[in-house]
Amino acid sequence: MKTFFKCLTVGVLSMMLFAAPGFASDTVKVANAGALSGDLAPYGISALRGVEMAVEDINEQGGILGKNVELMLGDDVCKPEVAVNVATKLVSDGVQMVVGHVRSGAIISAKKIYKDANIILISGSATNDDLTLTGDHPNFFRTISNDGAQAKLMTAFAKNDLKVKKVALIHDKGDYGKGQMELAKAEFEKMGDVEIVLFEGVTTGAVDYTAIVQKIKRSDAELVMWGGYHSDASKIIQLLKKKRVETLFMGADGIYGDNLPNLAGEFAEGVYATGPNDTSSNPMHQALTKEHQEKYGEDPGTFFFTGYTCMQSLAAAAEKAGSVEYDAMRAAMFEITVDSPMGPIGFDEKGDIVGAGFSVYRVTDGKYQQVN
Amino acid sequence: MRWISILLGLAVTGIIGFFAVRELLMDPMYFFELFLGGLTRGSIYALIALGYTMVYGIIQLINFAHGEIYMIGAMTALIVATVLGMWGWNTAVIVILAFVFAIVYSCAYGFTVEKIAYKPLRNAPRLSALISAIGMSLFLQNYVMLAQTPDFLPFHSLIPDFQFWEPFAHIITSVEITIIITTVIVMILLGLLIKFTRIGKAMRATAQDKVMAALLGINVNNVISATFVVGSATAAIGGVLIACHVGQINFYIGFLAGLKAFIAAVLGGIGSIPGAVLGSLVLGISESFFTGYFWSEYEDVFAFTILVVILIFRPSGILGRHDAQKV
Repeated sequence: MKTFFKCLTVGVLSMMLFAAPGFASDTVKVANAGALSGDLAPYGISALRGVEMAVEDINEQGGILGKNVELMLGDDVCKPEVAVNVATKLVSDGVQMVVGHVRSGAIISAKKIYKDANIILISGSATNDDLTLTGDHPNFFRTISNDGAQAKLMTAFAKNDLKVKKVALIHDKGDYGKGQMELAKAEFEKMGDVEIVLFEGVTTGAVDYTAIVQKIKRSDAELVMWGGYHSDASKIIQLLKKKRVETLFMGADGIYGDNLPNLAGEFAEGVYATGPNDTSSNPMHQALTKEHQEKYGEDPGTFFFTGYTCMQSLAAAAEKAGSVEYDAMRAAMFEITVDSPMGPIGFDEKGDIVGAGFSVYRVTDGKYQQVN
Repeated sequence: MRWISILLGLAVTGIIGFFAVRELLMDPMYFFELFLGGLTRGSIYALIALGYTMVYGIIQLINFAHGEIYMIGAMTALIVATVLGMWGWNTAVIVILAFVFAIVYSCAYGFTVEKIAYKPLRNAPRLSALISAIGMSLFLQNYVMLAQTPDFLPFHSLIPDFQFWEPFAHIITSVEITIIITTVIVMILLGLLIKFTRIGKAMRATAQDKVMAALLGINVNNVISATFVVGSATAAIGGVLIACHVGQINFYIGFLAGLKAFIAAVLGGIGSIPGAVLGSLVLGISESFFTGYFWSEYEDVFAFTILVVILIFRPSGILGRHDAQKV
């Protein structure tokens, strides 16, 4: 009798083992992976809202290949180590395409899991150059320009418009921030004329940044260029002003959005950042903004439109390929032109977006305004 | 071994001394600014480290939830200041009330944490209490995250920029000078409390021998509670001050600050109050100089290296007691 129960238990358990991936589903499983909690959650949630809205629109129009899209969520708190777990869980739950992750570091650590499972990964926010340019990630696409494009824009703006001679490059030691500053350094060195007086990394979340601020002051830098996110940037900006250090401050899309002006308040005035091109004249952009305001009572966040475009691109590629199989979809990704809220976009042979770029913005009266 | 350590010590001191004098002569202003920045940072560490060291002195427990008490202090001050600010109260009143509320709330949390998480484990193996402390720390972090927000919140400095200080503001801000002065005052008050009051005497007695103190009529439970309350109060003051300095807080600020303060306490000799203060200042100032003269990338590496080096040569910390384990 005992043996019988043992056999039964083993039998049931092994059935459960086989059952999960085996079910033929009548939905297309798409996951949104990224920071949904933690201090970088505003970025993840802005992208998620875009994806959610796109899923609603797609399902209203009959879904992908006649099947409804089922959205799964994965929260990686923007930490590379958590991203691996999230990716493993999504793959074992049978996900077919993934929008995410938000941060380059998270993708770099989770990439192998998606690649091995033949899953297309598309991000509206990860800008690290290596993700596309090395060619190591054939399953990765993005709807945002890469850091190289941003670094070119930032350095050219610093030299030609701000006319600075001495810059301090400060980063948060992360894949995104440090990568960005290394690109900027290379650009400055190529251009000449601009001297890099300081190149340093700081610890994110440190108790106090006074020492680095004093170091910036001593270096006589006219511009501090920051590679990283808004929460640490805000601390440094505040301390610079409190210590009466008169330098300009500039960052990339990591500090673009409402978060920085909200956090640093009046200290944020005059901060420069690069961010995705202003496409607010696009009718689809306007309609989505209105919908977002009605639904959440606020303006769309940093990665809302890129997130929306990610989901649109996946749907378009699946329709074009006539299947959700990896090889067919990947081939289709290069052929599609998506009528997105950012205008018509496509993808180049590396997986980078074609048809979108960055502009420079400056905080004026508590909001980022485009600089002409 | 003794000779080697003395020689090594002399060599290291000599190199550092030579370097310090050279930098001092080359750019005395910068040296001085870094020193003051380090002093500010060390003061904050000291306010937190006191709680670690006092609790360890009495019940040999490393209270890992202490960093969270500091964070709760800052959060409470933020909430009180925001609400009172909306009602349009006078700034001075807001500052005082924010500090009072922060201290009271943190003390209440410190007291409750001890009652819930440590008292039932008083006679359990030390490891159990340690795990309980880590659990409490995670609980409080996540509780604040869920009850408040995971985002960073702007913290408008409660301490205004003093007009008369303006000529010196580029060297040391009003907030920083307030931090240093407040820390000195708190240290003096704490010293008086421990040296001259009944409860201070009882604390010292309990730290020396819990059983004997109980036999002589000291209510050990009350003394332990009092220790947690005093430690929480200084942590709350530290929390509010650093929030004024940095200008933003979230649920996670207690983790790194608590860790650094813990290192400082161990560095100075855990269980010793002057040791905690000295350890904090050494850590804060050396971190500041390291960032200023070398690379800020390795600031934390450097902090931990100091810890390791000092513990190799003085296992009980700079001012730690050498007495043998009681049986």
